Amino acid sequence: MNFVMPDFMPALPEMFLLGMVCFILLLDLFLSERSRVVTYLLAQSTLLGALLLTVSLYEEGRALTFSDTFVHDPMGSVLKVFIYLATFLVFLYAKDYLRARNMFKGEFYVLGLFGVLGMNVLVSAHSLLTIYLGLELLSLSMYAMVALQRDSVQASEAAMKYFVLGAMASAMLLYGMSMLYGITGSLDLGQINTSTAAMDNNSMLLAFALVFIVIGVAFKLGAVPFHMWLPDVYHGAPTAVTLYLSSAPKLAAFAMMMRLLVDGLGGLQEQWEGMLILLTVLSLAAGNIIAIAQTNLKRMLAYSAISHVGFLLLGVLSGTQAGYAAAMFYAIVYVIMGLGGFGMIVLMSRAGFEADSIEDFKGLNERSPWFALMMLILMFSMAGVPPFLGFWSKLAVIQAALGADLVWLVAVAVVFSVIGAFYYLRVVKVMYFDKADVGAPTVSAGFDLRVVLSANSLAVLGLGLFPGSLLALCVAALA
Amino acid sequence: MLDNLHNVNIAIVAAPLLGAIIAGLFGGAIGRAGAHTVTIIGVAIAFLLSLVMFNHVVIQDAGIVSHSVYTWLVSDGITFEVGFLVDKLSVMMMVVVTFVSLMVHVYTIGYMAHDEENWPEGSGAGKNSYQRFFSYISLFTFSMLMLVMANNFMQLFFGWEAVGLVSYLLIGFWLKRSSATYANLKAFLVNRVGDFGFLLGIAAVLMYFNTLDYAAVFNAAELQKDLVISLWPGTEWSVMTVICILLFVGAMGKSAQVPLHVWLPDSMEGPTPISALIHAATMVTAGIFMVARMSPLFELSETALSFILIIGAITALFMGFLGIIQNDIKRVVAYSTLSQLGYMTVALGASAYAAGVFHLMTHAFFKALLFLAAGSVIIAMHHEQDMRRMGGLRKYMPITWITSLIGSLALIGTPGFAGFFSKDLIIEAVHASQLPGAGFAYFCVLAGVFVTAFYSFRMYFLVFHGKERFRDAHHGHDAHGHHAVHEPHETPWVVTLPLIALAIPSVLAGGMYITDMGFGNFFGSAIQVLPQHDVLGQLAQDYHGPWGMVLHGFLTAPFWLALAGVVTAWLLYMKYTHVPALIQARLQFLHTLLEQKYYADRFNDWFFAGGSRGIGRLLWQWGDVRLIDGLLVNGSARTVGWLAAVVRHVQSGYLFHYAFAMILGLLLMFALFVIAG
Amino acid sequence: MIPLSNYLILGAILFCISMAGVFINRKNLIILLMCVELMLLAVNMNFIAFSHYLGDTGGQIFVFFILTVAAAEAAIGLAILVVLFRNRRSINVADLDSLKG
Repeated sequence: MNFVMPDFMPALPEMFLLGMVCFILLLDLFLSERSRVVTYLLAQSTLLGALLLTVSLYEEGRALTFSDTFVHDPMGSVLKVFIYLATFLVFLYAKDYLRARNMFKGEFYVLGLFGVLGMNVLVSAHSLLTIYLGLELLSLSMYAMVALQRDSVQASEAAMKYFVLGAMASAMLLYGMSMLYGITGSLDLGQINTSTAAMDNNSMLLAFALVFIVIGVAFKLGAVPFHMWLPDVYHGAPTAVTLYLSSAPKLAAFAMMMRLLVDGLGGLQEQWEGMLILLTVLSLAAGNIIAIAQTNLKRMLAYSAISHVGFLLLGVLSGTQAGYAAAMFYAIVYVIMGLGGFGMIVLMSRAGFEADSIEDFKGLNERSPWFALMMLILMFSMAGVPPFLGFWSKLAVIQAALGADLVWLVAVAVVFSVIGAFYYLRVVKVMYFDKADVGAPTVSAGFDLRVVLSANSLAVLGLGLFPGSLLALCVAALA
Repeated sequence: MLDNLHNVNIAIVAAPLLGAIIAGLFGGAIGRAGAHTVTIIGVAIAFLLSLVMFNHVVIQDAGIVSHSVYTWLVSDGITFEVGFLVDKLSVMMMVVVTFVSLMVHVYTIGYMAHDEENWPEGSGAGKNSYQRFFSYISLFTFSMLMLVMANNFMQLFFGWEAVGLVSYLLIGFWLKRSSATYANLKAFLVNRVGDFGFLLGIAAVLMYFNTLDYAAVFNAAELQKDLVISLWPGTEWSVMTVICILLFVGAMGKSAQVPLHVWLPDSMEGPTPISALIHAATMVTAGIFMVARMSPLFELSETALSFILIIGAITALFMGFLGIIQNDIKRVVAYSTLSQLGYMTVALGASAYAAGVFHLMTHAFFKALLFLAAGSVIIAMHHEQDMRRMGGLRKYMPITWITSLIGSLALIGTPGFAGFFSKDLIIEAVHASQLPGAGFAYFCVLAGVFVTAFYSFRMYFLVFHGKERFRDAHHGHDAHGHHAVHEPHETPWVVTLPLIALAIPSVLAGGMYITDMGFGNFFGSAIQVLPQHDVLGQLAQDYHGPWGMVLHGFLTAPFWLALAGVVTAWLLYMKYTHVPALIQARLQFLHTLLEQKYYADRFNDWFFAGGSRGIGRLLWQWGDVRLIDGLLVNGSARTVGWLAAVVRHVQSGYLFHYAFAMILGLLLMFALFVIAG
Repeated sequence: MIPLSNYLILGAILFCISMAGVFINRKNLIILLMCVELMLLAVNMNFIAFSHYLGDTGGQIFVFFILTVAAAEAAIGLAILVVLFRNRRSINVADLDSLKG
């Protein structure tokens, strides 16, 4: 028996990440409270290092390694870059928030980085096994992060709900995987694709497996009716953690969907298209309608995230390269906007004050006109008002769906996004037309947070004026 | 080499934009000197680089420079790009725009030096107004350059709207004055009418040519000329005519042609440098430039050309009449601008595009000169604009006096001055034109010469000669009482230097370029004229150089008409100063008609403003309040709100409900896709 | 020899029982954790049966990973449970309703 050394190059960023996380985990044990900032800086430089590695490997082209369980391709690289960037921003935004709540500990960063590793594995998965492992590494980190604020009743309740439902969803996904394994006799996504494509399209067993797999993906994305965890978790978790949950994992979930449904089960596109249509319609409807009744901004943004998932699915279900590129563009755009939106809540909050109610934004224009403007940009963008970035992403997925002749579905999407505009604009109205309560706090966040958050919001405007390059990047990544 | 030129083009537009951004956003930090330094440097760079392009395209004749810079978006096979086309037409515009703009920048330092006096006490809006002003005029330069350098309709439209925006901002610059905000609102609304036509024209181009690129459209135009469109059943219009008239409606708004002229006189509420730069020399000529640029399209529709000819002729003559009775020095120049724009439009209508653009150039110099001179007078008179309270300023302000005289001589077309060549060319071209309406237009432009000379020299005599009426006026008006009269004195060098710099081309630019621009094929492929419309080509056969033209000029009707105008003005306002009042009393109805500006404003107020308010009220009360608000909007909003309040309870908070929802989803998908599928 | 379908049916029954357990049980959170474990075991049953009948070891390796992950999952689940109990003094499922709407 001869041992063949696997090619480590394609997985270099992941291995770097793993090494650094373990190092930080150990180092953090020996750091005093006051020098905790070292952990923070190390975590940030780890992300930047991984970013550099991934970028330098971008030109390598598609490569399989570790017995074909791990794939390196342009789509993966682009998604990873945005995962690093999003996480970098999350860590940066969260710093002051964590400090003020006695949560500025190594755990947050170590768990966050483990989550990034999980996402990376998920993004690069080329086997059912790697998908599962990546997914669990990410999920377990996130369960723990939600419960990080140990004295909070809401956070522990949210963590419990997330944990039970998440475990149930991954069990369902696993059940689907086991059926798929039984049908095709392989765990490798490439082989699964070849054998399912050759099979009878109406096989009941395949449909049976497919339902479970789609549910697993839908749960991760937060598509209705598998979304129930999402509002409670976003609401209950500390805002810094919500920020994390709402950003990079969306990209990982998109990648998981692409790997499973397109790479693995591309031959069954006709079948999963119907399932995704169902999820899309339900998500658009439930997300947009329930968001209207919310008074808590985090919860409102959670429902808004659900409705955005509807749009994301719209691109994927069209089943074309253009549609996948549009969905990827949508996911990236959503992450940029979501970071800004939750970042605003972090920015407004102080020790003992969460600023997560829409009421807290009353009269923001008088107190801090600059950040009211930034929030206005974000809200307009989420509502899909031109020329902001959110408009282009909606346009892209709608064009993709029209390309697949799903005119009625596009009509539904447009109607619900009109309804959705209401709750985004209500935030703007509250900021600009309502009088602030007496003693309402002013923005007192640190300099780095102010600058980066402003840059984040302005990017939504700037990229909205020049959307070509980002869209072209997505198209190139999937070509 | 070509790559370098591409970068030069980008730098030409980027330099003023950068200046505008710095002065606008950081005006408070860099202070007044910083703001005017940075914007002047930006515009100076643009001017110098424009000269580089001029050298390349015109002097070395090394071909046009056309390139796209950035693809903004591709939708349905149509590319929307930012791109530059620098040929002889646009490079001439670039040089004129940046030169006049540079002069105005310098002049503004003097004119706005005491701007804080123009704001009410303690007004927050007046803070950093000086810096804001510089930011705006630099932004204007950027927008205008984008407009003239565009190589596609989208960028043309961007520039078109951007100059409109800056014009709006600057007319209402003193935003605490209600007359200024009224004027900028009016300018905005009237331009909206024109821009709507323009936008429809661009949409029609897009519809029939499926591209926005100039070159592609012009190449395909010949093939489309026989297409017809049925605007309403039973009528057939040539597509070209529809496109051209729609585009020209845009030009009518921007270049203030009758009946969309009403905004331009009111725009004089803005600071005088703006009147010179935007409302005389550059922006208002955007319409002229645009029609010249679209000459391959306009040539294909004689109907559109006739339409242009007649509109231009009406503007040229009847707006000139209005200049006669104005007493505000700036308004006289404003009506003169309207009239001169009419001349340019007439030239376009007669297919003498080159003559129109030539007049545009000479006019830019001498009209900017006249405006800045008027501004100089206004500074000296401490913001007094009524000519009846001036007089005899010649000896107090020698530089302003001489330069004004040069500007006026150029304006009335004195042989040898710049205006003579261009205006004479237009008149001859109209005379030679065979289009329907050319006879009427010829009469109008000839009569216009007399009118122009009359009002120009009426203004000149009232301001610089005669009795020093400001001494009488001050007794009643000076609130301080104890120092009765401000002696007028010459303005500082930052004001007079631009006057001198503009006076030079006002004299020379005509004779220097008449051979090339007027009769030679200066613009090359940029302007295309069909052989049967080529009036300038016919005139060229009788042309024997600028001196010949000057000598010939003394023998023609326009010269004698102009002389008659000057003499009349001299008689009425210098010799027999009691006569004007007498005439006014005799011809009361005529005076009232002119004073009311042919009742155009009244009519607009009553018909358009009143009518649309009436319709609006009707629709609002019946359509909006009851039907749409009551039933549709509020009704559906209430329904959705109610639904939201109910549906949210599905999210009960109980873990087992959540799990149950997932299982229901699982079963639903089973039912739909496994069992039924 | 026991046919494959028997194993699959057993797996399906186990899976259904555990799913039912998640939403029928309204008392004790620990039972929920047990149900989740049972779900994973049902999946393991499937994998092993398929692996055996297909003659492919991949499924069995997958099971090892699932077992490992399940252990980690249980650890985190119990940790969250402890935190929750410290905050609320209750592990009653029906009490977890402060986040809703």
